[in-house]
Amino acid sequence: MSLDPSFVGRTYPPTAPYQVGREKIREFASAIGAADPAHHDPAAARALGHQDVVAPPTFPIVLTLAASQQIIDDPDLGVDYSRVVHGDQRFAYTRPVVAGDELVCVSVIDDVSSRGGHGFLTTRTEVATAAGEPVVTVWSKLVVRGEG
Amino acid sequence: MELPARTFRVTRADLIRYAGASGDFNPIHWSDRTATKVGLPGVIAHGMFTMALVGRAVAEWAGAPDAIVDYNVRFTRPVVVPDDDEGTEIEVTAKVREVTEDGLTRLDVTAVCGGEKVLSQARATVRTAR
Repeated sequence: MSLDPSFVGRTYPPTAPYQVGREKIREFASAIGAADPAHHDPAAARALGHQDVVAPPTFPIVLTLAASQQIIDDPDLGVDYSRVVHGDQRFAYTRPVVAGDELVCVSVIDDVSSRGGHGFLTTRTEVATAAGEPVVTVWSKLVVRGEG
Repeated sequence: MELPARTFRVTRADLIRYAGASGDFNPIHWSDRTATKVGLPGVIAHGMFTMALVGRAVAEWAGAPDAIVDYNVRFTRPVVVPDDDEGTEIEVTAKVREVTEDGLTRLDVTAVCGGEKVLSQARATVRTAR
């Protein structure tokens, strides 16, 4: 699958603000077996200096998966989603996500390449509060497998 | 320095629960019919579920749920989860690569399932416990 390298640097419009809920963090933490009280009990989170329960480190994928969908769905780029495999994933945090955050994602195409019949697409999503405070930067490298 | 190994058991029920919590409903994580159609041996775990379990191990080693400041992995092999009560197991180990002067610890992490590495270049940077 060959992807057009001229898409590198393309920035997509900001997503609608995502309201991080206390119950959503608890649900996500429970689903991965993360029992630390700071994920579940606001008092435990406050004792660590946070305003409310703290999300586990990979929680931002809940937002960024949806945000990067606008790149995957971009008809001009032409990614065949049924051929997409997750290659690499990185999170670089300014601070942890906590309940009560209102977060906006801006996604950028960082890199596009083709090798051995496969396409490689690296997206970067800057996650910030609606007020503009940076929270976490998330990179995903997707492999678009070639035919046959 | 080697950190104590952690083992995580993963069953189909865990994948369904993770799908609901994360919003990732790709059918290769719950439908054998779909998984085999795209050439997989069967239903596989979400890569992000494996990454989440490893993140748990790292946070527990670091001694704080908010200690991780940077975390990256490469997904090298799928974690196949059979439709039975036992599921499969992921074993996570890590060693300290570097302790920086500004209070950060860099870890090299390994995750193995069925004798094969399922992640490569898995690295985490954590704040040293307060």
